[in-house]
Order: sequence, then structure tokens, then C-alpha cells
Amino acid sequence: MRYALLINKDEAAWAKLDDACRAKWLERYAAYGQKMMAAGILRSGAMLEHTDAATTVRQRDGKRLVTDGPFAETTEQLAGFALIEVANLDEALRWAAGHPDAEWGSVEVRPIVPWDG
Amino acid sequence: MHHLVETVFRQEYARVFAALVRQLGDFDLAEDALMDAFSAALRVWPTQGVPAAPGAWLTTAARNAATSMARHRTLAAAKHELLVSPSGEAAVGPASEDFPDERLRLVFTCCHPALSLEARVALTLNALCGLPVPAIARLLLAEPAAVAQRLVRAKRKIRLARIPYEVPDGDQLAERLSGVLSVIYLLFTEGYGSTDDAPVVRAALCDEAIRMGRALSTLLPSDPEVGGLLALMLLHHARRDARTDADGDAVPLEAQDRARWDAGEIAEGLRLLDAAMARRQPGPYQVEAAIAALHATAPSWRATDWAQLAALYDTLVASQPSPSAYVARALAHGMAYQPARGLALLAQLGDGALVWAARAELQERALEDGAARASWTEAVARARNDRERRFFMQRARRVEVSGAGAADLPESAGCDRR
Repeated sequence: MRYALLINKDEAAWAKLDDACRAKWLERYAAYGQKMMAAGILRSGAMLEHTDAATTVRQRDGKRLVTDGPFAETTEQLAGFALIEVANLDEALRWAAGHPDAEWGSVEVRPIVPWDG
Repeated sequence: MHHLVETVFRQEYARVFAALVRQLGDFDLAEDALMDAFSAALRVWPTQGVPAAPGAWLTTAARNAATSMARHRTLAAAKHELLVSPSGEAAVGPASEDFPDERLRLVFTCCHPALSLEARVALTLNALCGLPVPAIARLLLAEPAAVAQRLVRAKRKIRLARIPYEVPDGDQLAERLSGVLSVIYLLFTEGYGSTDDAPVVRAALCDEAIRMGRALSTLLPSDPEVGGLLALMLLHHARRDARTDADGDAVPLEAQDRARWDAGEIAEGLRLLDAAMARRQPGPYQVEAAIAALHATAPSWRATDWAQLAALYDTLVASQPSPSAYVARALAHGMAYQPARGLALLAQLGDGALVWAARAELQERALEDGAARASWTEAVARARNDRERRFFMQRARRVEVSGAGAADLPESAGCDRR
């Protein structure tokens, strides 16, 4: 069973961290990525640039609408994701809870729709 | 005969359903198959008699139904795989020792924190108590359509998010068990606290909760909080007949006829509590049960061990800081020591009906009649339902008529000058 761990956090708070502190967090992300890989559950994952680098596209009536910014302004922003493959929701929740950003942001766990039936 | 089939069905529902969910790996399929088996029973049993092992009969019939249903479903392939998987081996055969474990798995699924609390309660009543949607709606004072919708969504989430059907292990068990216990206790308090509508119907919630508590304590006999919760429910339930008068008005603990308390339930509750506390792993349910036990064993309201109650409430609010626990703690301190001590604690607790009622109570004990009368009036204005309002008004009148006499004082009040 595959799940997406969608990591949401407050970009503004992240931007306020000093370099040394940020480096520490980056180290922890790397370590957690290693841990997921070692457990053989990580299928894919990425850390996203902040929403000020986001561009949103909609296609309406044959016209392409391009806007600056994320699809919605929220207090927390999607900051990254990990695609994992585990037996069930309890295991997925355990990995989500262990993610460093769960300590100050939130991790939404979403099952992946199986296309292969 | 229809009635008999229904009774048997109700008795066997949870066990059979739990076994089916495990074998089929799908709530909806298990439910449909079980309904099919129920129809079959209604056809067959009247002519051939109720089988010796009705649970096994229903399981087999449901499993056969599920096999043919799965064949006809769009997702047949996936489900068929589940049907023939090794986990299905215990399909046929008499109801056996492994049934309790099946139900235990099901409890943890139904009470999974990934489901909303409303969904957990409805699902527990449905899957573990075997109650159909209209009965659940009556108990929860909800619209049947809303309950049905809630169940559909919960089952869908169980399937899509793959909420596991298993007892969590080691580190997770304690955390998840407390979630299960809170659902059971919520069922109980919903039934016990019901004041306005259909109190008789909702009393059935207490019975269901106690039934679940018993099942859980059979399955996890060594867990002290499981025992504590069952003890707590029994000790409260023992007072049910004395809690209302002939008009259906609430009778406060103080005025209850203790001879009408159920001695058997009290004895069982005390026994369970002793066994739980002997394990020396205290928890909030044990503390609450110990509070209930002090009331249950006190010869009268006055002769209650208020000092020990005050200490127990101190412990309780440290782990469960609920407003009603704080009010009860203040009252116990005021009863055990000087009323002023309780009144000082109440002064920090805001402006609710229970705060005013406790204040009035302690002012009566302090012989401050005027203040007590005013406090009862404040409580009346904030009463949360008619029954409570009638009770507060009655108390207000009593102060007017008699004044609070020294005879109403608990023996310890005024003696202990700490």
C-alpha cells in the first residue's frame, strides 16, 4: 500500500531561522530520508522551494490561465512530500510522526490510488 | 420465529462480523454477506430449527455469500484474492477460542484515531454491538440518514486508507487502548448523563458500554485501566435506580436512597477496582473508580470520606483537567475541611451552572443563607436543561424555607481547622 506524506509548514517561520539552525534541520531531513531508504519504504520524495517560487496554471474554456503563487493562501504551505510503501495506515502514521517537520508543521497522510487494480 | 432469529443474530453479530472482516478484509463485503446470511437464516431456521452452533452456521453462510458476491463485483479480482488467502482458513467450524481476539481486532479498527470521534462511536455500536442504523440514530439523538452517511464514510476510509485490522503492538498499544476506552466511556456517559429526551432508550447505551467493558476485560484481563473503567461504570450504574424520583426528576447523590443502590454491582466494581489497583499502575479510570467507590461504600453523604475524595480529585485534575473535575475537587475540599477552602478554589473556576451550584452548597454549609440563596438563583439561570433547572430551584426554595441548619453540616466541617 502506497501513501503520500504531504509535509506542510509555515514558510515564514522557516525563513526566520538562522543559517546554523536551518543547517541542523536539513541534516535531520537527510538523516530521515536515509532511514526511510534503509527501511526500504521510500519510493520518492522531494523538498519544495517556497510558494513565492510557485506558479499555478488552470485551463478554462480552452484558455490557459497562469497566476503567480500557490493555489490557495494558507497558514501552512506544502513544503515537500515523500511517497512511501508500507503495509497499512498504522505504519504510514508511524513514519509520518517520525518526520522532523511533524514537530513544528504537520504531515498529511494520503493513500495513493492504485492504478494497477 | 422471526423474533428468535433476530435475537440469535444480535447475540452472534459481533463475533461473526469480526471473523468475516478478518477473512474478507473488507467491512462492506462482510456486512453485505452477513445480511445475506441473516436472510438465509430467516428462510431456513423456521423449517429446520436453529442450528446447534448458530454463529458457525452464520459464518459459513456469510462466507459462501461473500464468495459469490465477490465474483460479481467490479473489484472481484482483488477481493477474490483475499477470499482464498491463507487468512481465510478458519472459515468453517464452531465458534471457538479465537473469537475474542477477532473482536479485539475489530475494536481497535472501529476506534482508530484516524476516524472522527462521531464515526468511532457509530461504528462501534454498529460493528461491535450489532445495532442497525435506526437504533444507533435513536441512541445518539441523530438523524438516521446522518448516521448512515457517517458509517459509509468511515467504512470507506477504513478501506481506502487501509486502516489495519489488528491489535497494535508494544509502543502503540497503550496509546490506542486509551482511545478505545474513551469511546466506551463516552457511550456510557452519553447514556448515563442523558437528561432530557428518551432517557429509557438511551439507558441502553450504558448496557452496551458495560457489555463492551466486560468483553474488553475478558480479552485484556491484566490491564489495570480496562479493569478500572469497568469498575467505574459498574459503580455508577449501581446507582441508576436511585438517581431519579417518581416524576423523573434527578435526585442528587446527597439525597439518594442508598438502599436502592445495586449491591451486586457495587461488590463487583469494588472487586475489579481492587484487582486493578493491586497492579500498581495508576490511571485516570482507576482514580475515577476509586472516587465512585468511596461514595458507593459511604454509609451516608455526611459520613463520606471527604478528605480522601479531595486527595483523589487532586490526583484526577492533574491528569484529566476537566471543568467538572475541578468543581468536584473544590466541593470535596470544602466538605472535608472548611467551606472557605472550597469556595476559594471555586473562585478560580469561572461562571458555569455547576460552579454556582457547588458554591451554593458550600455557602449553605458555612451558614451563609443569603449568599447561598443568591448562588442557587445564579445556578438556575445557567442550568443546561429542565431537569437541572428544577433541581436548582428546589434547592433555592429549601434554603428559603428552612435556612441551612447546623444539622446539615457534615461531621468533619468546622472541626478541622487546617
